[in-house]
Amino acid sequence: MSRSNYDSDITVWSPEGKLHQVDYALQAVKQGSACVGLKSNTHVVLLGLQRYPSELASPLKKLFRADDHFGLGISGLIADGRVLTKWIRNECLNHRFVYESGVQCTRLARKLADKSQVNTQRYGRRPYGVGLLLAGYDRTGAHLIECDPSGNFYEYKAQAIGRRCQSAKTYLERNFEQFEDAPLDELIKHGVRALQETLARKQDSKKQEPVELTVRNTSIAIVGEGLNFTILNDEQLQQYISAADSDAMDVDA
Amino acid sequence: TEDNMEALRQRNYGPAQYSAPNKHLIEHQFSPYVNNGGTTLAIAGNDFVVVAGDTRVSFGYAIHTRENNKLCELTDKCIIATAGMQADQVTLHKLLRTRMVQYKQEHGKEMSTTAIAQMLSNTLYYRRFFPYYTFNVLAGLDSNGKGCVFSYDAIGSFERYNYASSGTGQKLVQPLLDNQIALKNQQVERLEDLTEEEVVTLVKDTFTSAGERDIYTGDHVEIAIINKEGVRYELFDLRQD
Repeated sequence: MSRSNYDSDITVWSPEGKLHQVDYALQAVKQGSACVGLKSNTHVVLLGLQRYPSELASPLKKLFRADDHFGLGISGLIADGRVLTKWIRNECLNHRFVYESGVQCTRLARKLADKSQVNTQRYGRRPYGVGLLLAGYDRTGAHLIECDPSGNFYEYKAQAIGRRCQSAKTYLERNFEQFEDAPLDELIKHGVRALQETLARKQDSKKQEPVELTVRNTSIAIVGEGLNFTILNDEQLQQYISAADSDAMDVDA
Repeated sequence: TEDNMEALRQRNYGPAQYSAPNKHLIEHQFSPYVNNGGTTLAIAGNDFVVVAGDTRVSFGYAIHTRENNKLCELTDKCIIATAGMQADQVTLHKLLRTRMVQYKQEHGKEMSTTAIAQMLSNTLYYRRFFPYYTFNVLAGLDSNGKGCVFSYDAIGSFERYNYASSGTGQKLVQPLLDNQIALKNQQVERLEDLTEEEVVTLVKDTFTSAGERDIYTGDHVEIAIINKEGVRYELFDLRQD
């Protein structure tokens, strides 16, 4: 993306009909570490590849619980993600207080999208630099929704965002027909394999990018029918990472 | 007309005329408060705590329901029991439940009983000039696993006790607890601490007694026992009159 004369202000259109600041914000999302989501009729699985700022540091959290039935994964500017997570958690709690039930995923996505859009049309503000994958199960079923800095939101059967997400999307595109009726275990294994596709090919000592999935750099969350949003612990993580590897031969990857 | 003008002039001249008090128009003032009755109590043991509240909701001489819940489990180590106005009780419990979630999300752990105690006080005082009509008793295990009981007034004044009660039956229950638990002003000595079973029996007897004389207490008692294993509930029947 080359510099242009129309890209310094969010409130300035370019002659090509683009808001460059929004495009640059979308680019920030693409720079974040990968986040994968996929759903069946009854469950949604979120996976995140956790990046470490350095060997000495603790990982940057990717997946967050927002409510019993609802959670999200972030990719991009983690600080913006944290702020939005706080806002989402507050919205969920408010809804629960007033209506004594969980907020519907699509309604929350719309509210978040409207909030994001404001930052693309007001002078002096900047778009949020983070993409979110919202995962929830409510009375209308399982939902996986991507929200981006432009204020758009899309519902998906499976989606990946962040660095090298295209490789994960290729895997998901090839296998998504199996997801609908897949049992939870199978769904998680598919997700792990999709996340594996986003790993760096070889170790780059400068970028600190992982080359294989371990309990340290992976996080998985599940939500669905009769299952509250849960982030898996280390033991369960290891189980699924190993299982996905050993089953790899059977799947059309 | 000339006659009307004359009558008006007569009225407006001279001293003001006294008018008799109106017997037909009565000003009604809306009262936001009502006492729905009921009694609660809590007793702290060494490593357990027992909380109880009756289940009747009254309105004057009428009964709204016999199956109301005065207890609210805030964490697996802490329960609040509220007597007073049921509408404020329900709202207060709802608010506290929400605050529990917020604390968990912000701090990554459950709120300790002593922290909840202070927070409840602050929440009540926040409404100093339009109070919750609630008389609360908070009970739970502190961070050492020891039983603790906190008793509140409507605007948040609180203190830690070994036992406490509130509600319409408080005047009947509190003296009994003073006598049986603290053995106040008696030469009797207790050789061993009260066990869970002994305390639960005492609670049942206490409520039975309160139900005899307090018209607002009766129907059932919901008893919760908190110990290191978690929370256990018992429902005990009382007189329904």
